[in-house]
Amino acid sequence: MLSFVAQRLIKAVIVLLAIVVLNFFLIRAAPGDPATVMAGEAGATDELFVAQLREKFGLDRPMHEQLFFYVKGIVTFDLGFSFRQQMPVSKLILDRLPATLLLTGTAFMISLGMGVLLGGMAARRAGRWTDTLITTFSMVFYATPLFWVSLMGILLFSVTLDWLPSFGYETVGAGYTGLRHVSDVAAHLVLPASALGLFFMATYTRMTRASMLEVSRLDFVKTARAKGLGDRVIQRRHILRNALLPVVTLAGLQAGTLVGGAVLTETVFAWPGIGRLMYDALIQRDYNLLLGVFVVSSAMVLAFNLITDLIYRLVDPRIEMNT
Amino acid sequence: MSSFWKTLLRHPGAVIGLVIMAAVLFIAICGPLLFPTSPWRMVQRPFLAPMVVPGFPFGTDALGRDVAAGLIHGARVSLLVGLVSTLAALAIGVPLGAIAGYAGGKVDDALMRFTEFFQTVPSFALAIVLVAIMQPSIVSIVAAIAIVSWPPVARLVRGEVLSLRSREYVQAAIVTGHSNGWIIWREILPNTLSPIIVLASLMIATAILLESSLSFLGLGDPNLMSWGYMVGAGRTVIRQAWWITVFPGIAILLTVLALNLIGEGLNDALNPRLAKEGR
Repeated sequence: MLSFVAQRLIKAVIVLLAIVVLNFFLIRAAPGDPATVMAGEAGATDELFVAQLREKFGLDRPMHEQLFFYVKGIVTFDLGFSFRQQMPVSKLILDRLPATLLLTGTAFMISLGMGVLLGGMAARRAGRWTDTLITTFSMVFYATPLFWVSLMGILLFSVTLDWLPSFGYETVGAGYTGLRHVSDVAAHLVLPASALGLFFMATYTRMTRASMLEVSRLDFVKTARAKGLGDRVIQRRHILRNALLPVVTLAGLQAGTLVGGAVLTETVFAWPGIGRLMYDALIQRDYNLLLGVFVVSSAMVLAFNLITDLIYRLVDPRIEMNT
Repeated sequence: MSSFWKTLLRHPGAVIGLVIMAAVLFIAICGPLLFPTSPWRMVQRPFLAPMVVPGFPFGTDALGRDVAAGLIHGARVSLLVGLVSTLAALAIGVPLGAIAGYAGGKVDDALMRFTEFFQTVPSFALAIVLVAIMQPSIVSIVAAIAIVSWPPVARLVRGEVLSLRSREYVQAAIVTGHSNGWIIWREILPNTLSPIIVLASLMIATAILLESSLSFLGLGDPNLMSWGYMVGAGRTVIRQAWWITVFPGIAILLTVLALNLIGEGLNDALNPRLAKEGR
């Protein structure tokens, strides 16, 4: 197990390094002088700072030395400075990270929980109207643009029905503490998390259904039936358990995609996470911040994948340890 | 071929998909001819609700531009970007996958690590960064979508080639002294066509979603009206004018849904064995 963990860690580190190198070249591909790009943008920077950056990142030196300095900076979590926001990029990102983790975590649980529930229902009633209904709904949600469904959520639940707040993380200026604060944040979380989870819910519904139907044809299910076990027990204990494995794996691997989706959801709902930060960087053409968010979200995806790998390994001992 | 159509048309979803797609295609091709006025032109007072003034069934936006004209012109952009970026992704993924599967060994290993890298990087974030750095234009959007969407193609083709490589007819072609390129192109790839077609139809759908998401964030081609841009532009006035965001979103939804339905139908029609097992 230990060597397995080590192997996976090394692999993740290599991929992360590759992403950092890719980032290095992307910064150089961005319009303008890399030093000014790193400093914010031309005009917003003072000459002295640019000169310092040039010195620090050795921009007058050969390419491979520059790359070395860049990687060294990132390893120490120095992602440069955002002049637009007057703050180091790493601090900006760290400040926003908890909100994104809360949003994506909630969306992940909603999508996986609902997906498995609906997919299981559809599989059990395969061919009947419940199945048709669930399959149709998941087909539609699978095709719905995330940013649009977010806006429709606002239109329906905030504008028309006035049930839920339409933007932000908490009620500004309310100064709630304790339980009031928690419920306030929760109310703000409902719409963005559901909107973000909807597409993934559709994916997991379809996958759970297909996987359960596949497992239900296997011999051990016939054996269980022959033993005279009740349908409920067979469905829950024998079919669902085995069918869940591929779904959970896919979910873990897709957890990273949630981070990408967060850019859209956080933009629509003004949710103060790194997705919204990426949008702000985009609008202000703050390339350094943009790429900083990109590196961090890639690292998050890698971490998610690593955790999924490990959990998968723990849950299913049949998985080979090597690669 | 006729049995292919029969299976496809027996699939109710596929029929619905084909009908919607035919309508969208018709609008994309003929619409701009019937609606020659630029969708950027201000033609009526701003915030005109739908069905109030004859000739403006979908109303106007915050600047008095005709929403219907935007929808019609946007169809062309969506389909074009979806199609071209998918073709570009195939142009990257098919050769890479074929080489990896056919060569095996170290080449396969190296190419698959490369593919895995692109699968690990969060694709939407990468697409945003790429378009932002290349500057938004139809070319940079197509390139960015192609760059983030080729890995599944490479993996699929590699798997297919890997299993076809050991078939007797391929072995026979090797014995008769044909070059590797000839064998891959003439003997192997034609047999991988069905799964590639199915995947491609689903990829067009994903590409359209990606394009609309990029345009929504303001990364669309500034000269082309697109559905994602329309939703993005209407988002701040959603409380006053719901129709500006609702209609383009429905257009995206229907198009993507149609393509997904067609993809599923194609899957059943082209891989009948798989389809039976999947049910």
